[in-house]
Amino acid sequence: MTAASFVSQLLQLAIALLLAPLLLGWVNQCRAWLQNKSAPSLLLPYRTIRKLFHKDAVVAENASPIFRITPYIVFSAMALAAAIVPSLATDLPFAVAADAIALVGLFALARVFIALAAMDLGTAFGSMGARREMFVGFLAEPALLMVLFTASLISGSTLLPTIVETLAHREIAIYPSLAFAGVAFTMVSLAENARIPVDNPATHLELTMIHEAMLLEYSARHLALIEWASALKLFNYSCIGLALFFPYGIAGASEDWLAILVATPVLIGKLVIGGFSLALIETLSAKMRIFRAPEFLGTAFLLAVLGMLVNLLLGS
Amino acid sequence: MSNLPLSAQLINLFAAVLLLLAFAMLAQRRVLTLINLFAAQGFALACSTAIVAYATHQPHLYGSSVLTLLLKVFVLPWLLHRLINQLDVRWEFETLINVPTTMIIGIVLVVFAFNLAVPISQLASTVTRSTLGIAMASVLLAFLMMITRRKAIPQVIGFLAMENGLFFAATSATYGMPMVVELGIALDVLVGMLILGVFFFQIREQFDSLDLKHLEKLKEGE
Repeated sequence: MTAASFVSQLLQLAIALLLAPLLLGWVNQCRAWLQNKSAPSLLLPYRTIRKLFHKDAVVAENASPIFRITPYIVFSAMALAAAIVPSLATDLPFAVAADAIALVGLFALARVFIALAAMDLGTAFGSMGARREMFVGFLAEPALLMVLFTASLISGSTLLPTIVETLAHREIAIYPSLAFAGVAFTMVSLAENARIPVDNPATHLELTMIHEAMLLEYSARHLALIEWASALKLFNYSCIGLALFFPYGIAGASEDWLAILVATPVLIGKLVIGGFSLALIETLSAKMRIFRAPEFLGTAFLLAVLGMLVNLLLGS
Repeated sequence: MSNLPLSAQLINLFAAVLLLLAFAMLAQRRVLTLINLFAAQGFALACSTAIVAYATHQPHLYGSSVLTLLLKVFVLPWLLHRLINQLDVRWEFETLINVPTTMIIGIVLVVFAFNLAVPISQLASTVTRSTLGIAMASVLLAFLMMITRRKAIPQVIGFLAMENGLFFAATSATYGMPMVVELGIALDVLVGMLILGVFFFQIREQFDSLDLKHLEKLKEGE
C-alpha cells in the first residue's frame, strides 16, 4: 500500500462525489433534448442539493431513529461503494475490503434501510413504495450477482480490481458471455436506478412511483443526502458497467501517476456516452406496468444465467 | 480462452447472438417484432456461415451463406409481412404457458443441449465444434416456441427458426451439407412457406380465426 494508491483512492472518491450529480444532470438534459423539451441546466442537481441543505428539516412526530439515520446510512453505503468500484485505478486500498458479492450486499443494505424508513411513519404511499422497491430489488439482485459471476468466471476472482485487470490487460479476445452479461446488466441497472421501463424518475403521480414514493416524508438535508445518494448509485452502476464491459483506460496497479491523470478524462468521456445512451433507452421505451417487472427482470436473470452457460460451454 | 483464432471467436460470438435471438423470439408477444427477430437470426446465421467459409476455405459455404441471406433475411420476412398484412393479424398473441415459465423451461433445454453436445464436441475436430451445443439449443428452443404458441403464424415462424438451428448445426458439425442438399432444403422451406400461407387463408375462411385449437376437433362441432 503506497502513497500513490491512497492518493488515487481519494481522487476517485472525490470525483465520484462531485461528478455524480453532474451525471444525473447530463442524463436529464439529454432526455429533454431527445424529447424536444427545453433542457434544464446541467447544474440543476447541484442547485437542488444546495437549496435542500439550506432548509430546515421537518421530521414527523412519530418518526423513530431509523427514519433519522437512514439518509446517513444510505449516503455512506453509496460513498463506500464508490470507493470500492475501480473507476479510475485498480490499485485501491479500499477495494480489497469488499468483493463483488459484498458490493451487492452494500447496495442491499441501503435498500433495506430506505424501505424501513419509508414504512416507519406508516403512511400509505411510503409503505407502498417500500413494498414495490423490495419487489423490484429481490428480482434484480440475483441477476446482478449472476452478471458479476460471469465476469468472475472469466477472471477467476470476485475482486473487482482483479476482474478489471484481467479484462483490460488480456490479449484481445471476444467474449460472447460478456455480451449476454452486458444486456442483463443494462436491464438490471435500469431497474435498480428507478429508470423508465420499471419506474419513472420524473413522475409525481403517486400511484405509479416506486423510488419517489419512499422519499415523500423526507425534507431538507435528509432529502438532499438521499438525492445525492441516488445520483451516486447511478454513478456507481455506470462505473461497474464500464469496469466490466469497457475496462480500457483504467489505470493498472503497475502504472504511474500519468495513467491516473489520463484515466480521469477517459472516465468522463465514457460517462458522457453512457449517460446519453441511458437517456436514449429511456426515451425509446415506455414505462411498464408494475406486474410486468418480474418478466423484465426474469429475462435479465435468464440472460445472465445464459451468459454463464455459454461461458462454460465455449470456454470464453 | 484467448488462444483461439479470431475467426473461431467470431463464430462463437455469432453463435451466442443466435442463441440470444432464439430466446428473444421465445419471449416475444408481437408478430411484427417476431418477424424482425427472425430476419435478424437469419442475418447472424449468414454471417457465421460466411466466417466458417473464410476460416476453412470451403467455397461452397459462401454459396449457402448468400442463399441464407437472400432467403431468410429478405424473401421469407417479406412473405411473412405480406401475409400478416393481407390477413390483418397484427395482434399481440397470448401464449399457452406464461412467458417467464417458458423462459425457465428454455434455460433447462439449453442446459440439456449443452450437456448433450459436450461429448460430441470432444470427438469432433472442426473449428466450430464448440458451437454444436448452441445449435442444438436453438433447435430445441424453436421447438418449444412452436409448442407454446396457439396461433398459426408464430408456429410457422417457430418452424422456420428450427430450420435455422438445424442449418447452424449442420455447419458447426460438418462444415455444411453439399450444395445440392442445401438448395433442396432452401427450396423446400420456400415452398413450405408458400403452401402454409395458402393454408392460413383456408384456416381463416373455415374458422374465422387463426387459432389452431379449432383444428383439434375431428368433426365439425354442432
